[in-house]
Amino acid sequence: MADFLLEIGLDEIPARMIAGAEAELGRRVHDLLTRERLLGAGAKVTTYSTPRRLAVVVEDVLAGQADTEEKLTGPSWKVAFKDGVPTAAAEAFAKKAGVAVAALEKVTNAKGEYVGATVKRQGRAAAELLAGELPKEVLGLYWAKNMYWRAGKPERFVRPVRWIVALLDAAVVNLEIAGIAAGNLSRGHRILHGDHAVDLASPKSYVETLRAAKVVVDVAERRQTIRKALDKVTRTVAGARWREDEPLIETVVHLTEWPTVILGNFEQEYLALPEEVLVTVMRDHQKYFAAEGPDGKLLPHFLTVLNIQVDEEGEATIRHGNQKVLRARFKDARFFWDFDQKVSLADRVENLKNVTFQKELGSYAWKTEQNLRIAQVLDLAVKAAGVAFDEAALLKATELAKTDLTTELVKEFTELQGIIGGLYAESQGLGESVGKAIYSQYAPASTDDAIPATVEGQLLGLADRIQTITAMFGIGSAPTGSKDPFALRRAANAIVKILAESELPLTLSDVLDASGTEQANKEHVAAFLRERLSFYLKDVRGFAYDVVNAVLAAGADDVRDAIARAEALTAVRGSEDFAAISAAFKRIKNILRQAEEKKFAVGSPKDATLSAEAQQLNDAAEALAPEVAKLRQQRAYGEALALIAALRPAVDAFFDKVMVLDPDATVRGAHLGLIDGVLRGFSGIADFSEIVAG
Amino acid sequence: MPLSTASTATDVSPAKPAALTFQELLFRLQSFWAARGCVLQQPFDVEVGAGTMAPETFLRVQGPKPYRVGYAQPSRRPADGRYGENPNRLFRHTQFQLILKPPPVNVQELYLQSLEAIGIDLSKHDLKFEEDNWEGPTVGAWGVGWQVMMDGMEITQFTYFQQCGGLDLDPICAELTYGLERLAAFMQDVDSVYDVVWARDPETGAVVTYGDVRLTEELQYSVYNFEDADVDRLWAHFNSYEAEAQALLTKANALLADEKASAAEKHRFPLMSTYELALKCSNLFNLLDARGAISVTERVGMIGRIRTLAVGVAKVYAAQQTV
Repeated sequence: MADFLLEIGLDEIPARMIAGAEAELGRRVHDLLTRERLLGAGAKVTTYSTPRRLAVVVEDVLAGQADTEEKLTGPSWKVAFKDGVPTAAAEAFAKKAGVAVAALEKVTNAKGEYVGATVKRQGRAAAELLAGELPKEVLGLYWAKNMYWRAGKPERFVRPVRWIVALLDAAVVNLEIAGIAAGNLSRGHRILHGDHAVDLASPKSYVETLRAAKVVVDVAERRQTIRKALDKVTRTVAGARWREDEPLIETVVHLTEWPTVILGNFEQEYLALPEEVLVTVMRDHQKYFAAEGPDGKLLPHFLTVLNIQVDEEGEATIRHGNQKVLRARFKDARFFWDFDQKVSLADRVENLKNVTFQKELGSYAWKTEQNLRIAQVLDLAVKAAGVAFDEAALLKATELAKTDLTTELVKEFTELQGIIGGLYAESQGLGESVGKAIYSQYAPASTDDAIPATVEGQLLGLADRIQTITAMFGIGSAPTGSKDPFALRRAANAIVKILAESELPLTLSDVLDASGTEQANKEHVAAFLRERLSFYLKDVRGFAYDVVNAVLAAGADDVRDAIARAEALTAVRGSEDFAAISAAFKRIKNILRQAEEKKFAVGSPKDATLSAEAQQLNDAAEALAPEVAKLRQQRAYGEALALIAALRPAVDAFFDKVMVLDPDATVRGAHLGLIDGVLRGFSGIADFSEIVAG
Repeated sequence: MPLSTASTATDVSPAKPAALTFQELLFRLQSFWAARGCVLQQPFDVEVGAGTMAPETFLRVQGPKPYRVGYAQPSRRPADGRYGENPNRLFRHTQFQLILKPPPVNVQELYLQSLEAIGIDLSKHDLKFEEDNWEGPTVGAWGVGWQVMMDGMEITQFTYFQQCGGLDLDPICAELTYGLERLAAFMQDVDSVYDVVWARDPETGAVVTYGDVRLTEELQYSVYNFEDADVDRLWAHFNSYEAEAQALLTKANALLADEKASAAEKHRFPLMSTYELALKCSNLFNLLDARGAISVTERVGMIGRIRTLAVGVAKVYAAQQTV
């Protein structure tokens, strides 16, 4: 038993790629050791990473593979040995098996006597196997963006490989990756430790040796350190707390080897700028955490995570430098904010003619006209259903929605499009409804994001997105495979999410029809929306795939209704009665398919005198069908499904006793009519035959 | 510490030893890199938007021949002009551009040493290499690398160049671009680039500031770029330079493909002049852009036209090297 360490030293890896690569490296090493039978019983794989390294430590690696023995059977004994003398067949077999002819054995089995050979394979040493296989695993790691660095371009990797440590206990594993021979020398923190090498004695001491060289290799530990330091430093301001920001935490965790935190300040006057702008500057441009008071309002402080530990003088220097940068950025933002206000959003509509939406389609002025047309249709539909909202605000917001693309602030902070427009709209006196709708037009930005809070915002969001999707599909720019350059999937996900989580009386086809796109394109987009609905039900709502298939087979247009049906179906899915029902429905479908293939006519149960069991099923179904239909109408899906489950005894008895495909064509037709009726009558909530047993 | 005082944004600048002047900063960087085998070049004398576009980078990175060069390149960005009113934005700033081809294995360590050489005590600052991949669509170039952040400010763009002029580079090179004004303002701890001390008289101690040297021209250039540049003439200039460059490229391609032409004839082809015409187009495009004369739709097409010239030049250069 030995411990194994692999450390790959690199120029700074992009923060966003580290976590994935670390996990993949661990998986690859684990799989390699498993494949090569080198993993001990108590083996434990632990991975580490910093911006400059990926590492994996495996406890309990076998020193080598166990020897194996394999028994081979060859030609029959009679063919191989004539009068005890080996024939050519015996020699050929011995050669193939790699043993001497003298070592051949007689094997007796049920078929007779045969020649056998025991082939011993000697296990290979772990060091030798790792040296041969690991470089391929390392160079096979996935990176979102690769580079060449050596002349002749022998390999691509995220950044140049600078050093490799590969140890089995204290012994170096002689492998080479990208021209770098493995050794036992690592490197410490660039500044706190300096350029001299760090001598690693063994895998066991990896974490502590690197710690002494001012590198915390354990990602979870750095995360913990950063969170605690943020807490501690924020406590120096009474009542303050730092604003939680999970993605930012992950970024700074992967930007540091020895993290510390300092608090900086900015002038109170900048708090007059919208919070969204301040936070974007701090978070996206500077990677600072914002500080807030007990009321949740921003305080004039920020927190920055350093990749160094400094003395007081250093702290003052670094604080001063960061404050200066932030001040300059805030000053710019304030300049843009004031500058943009000189031209109202209404006066910017004209300028949208100069902003291209899509080369083949037109400008944002064109898009705005299209959005307006769609918004008007949706407006009427929603109004007709009795939903109260501010129609004028919806149309005004739609008209002005894209005008912020011409503002300097959005050119500077593109991630704030929509938000800036909303803020300008309110500050220009256009009212809260208009402002909120413009502000939230791009929400939800992801599946975790909330939908717009107002009806006007929801409708604007729907109109804008269905316009984009139908127009892009119309010019042949639908997403294909992993390629979705116009983020149309995200747009469609947002449509589904808005319909699912709002109270809008709209279905997917209502939204699609409002786009006014021509029939062939509409069908194409409808299939795309249905696929996004399926994604939403499975990946966002967590319904089982068979439940989703069953529910969507019975209707995929009304999003909230599909969710209600999926919930009801999920609740009964585990029950025994229901499992039997779905098995029966599957059987019905199969029989009907067979009948169709054989061109058997489907008649009516009334065509023949039915057996007792068939009659019983017919009666039960006829009695239940209207009840179920009524409950479905009332969307009381749970009760409806309970009723359907009550069909089970009749269904069981029927399949138990009745030969459905009776030789008599009339009886067969009556049977087929009966089960077809059952299928049709009870598949309105879900296609139960899609449910997978157990 | 009393809690309330932390909330006031008093920002006392820490005591600093006399920081380098703007010109001393350049001297130090030049001598540091000269001592590491770099050719020191003078700024290229045609308008460029970045040091990358000077032929010492754009052309020299092509082909297998190792090369190390450093030069301070005034870089013109017409749209960034602010009439000398913005303390951080300039029409023309100075890049200290460095090309290391192929990159030495300790290129990052050398870079850190260069910071120490200009008087930055790394143990008192926060330094991070944050992913930033550079792309120059008008010259068909891209690379991967970082923006080097010091105390929250970007002080250098560090790129492993992968492709230039639409051609894959082999070997690749490291391109380090120090923004001299920014770096000087940071080190001298001034809020405005115009307050940067450019030179200090060693006898009298009298200083000449960046503003003394450059403020007036920043104002005047902004007036021209935003107000006076004649859009029709700019278009005419652009078309004229483009036509001449295209004609030369056509000639070059015919010459290089001509098996009867001698090597000497092929070497005589004026590639540098062709490239300068392409650079003129690039600068005119930037001027037109600053005048607001290019719509978003046109922009893509314009970038494509300049790229065609740059890629054409790179190909001819590569072919000429192998004649």
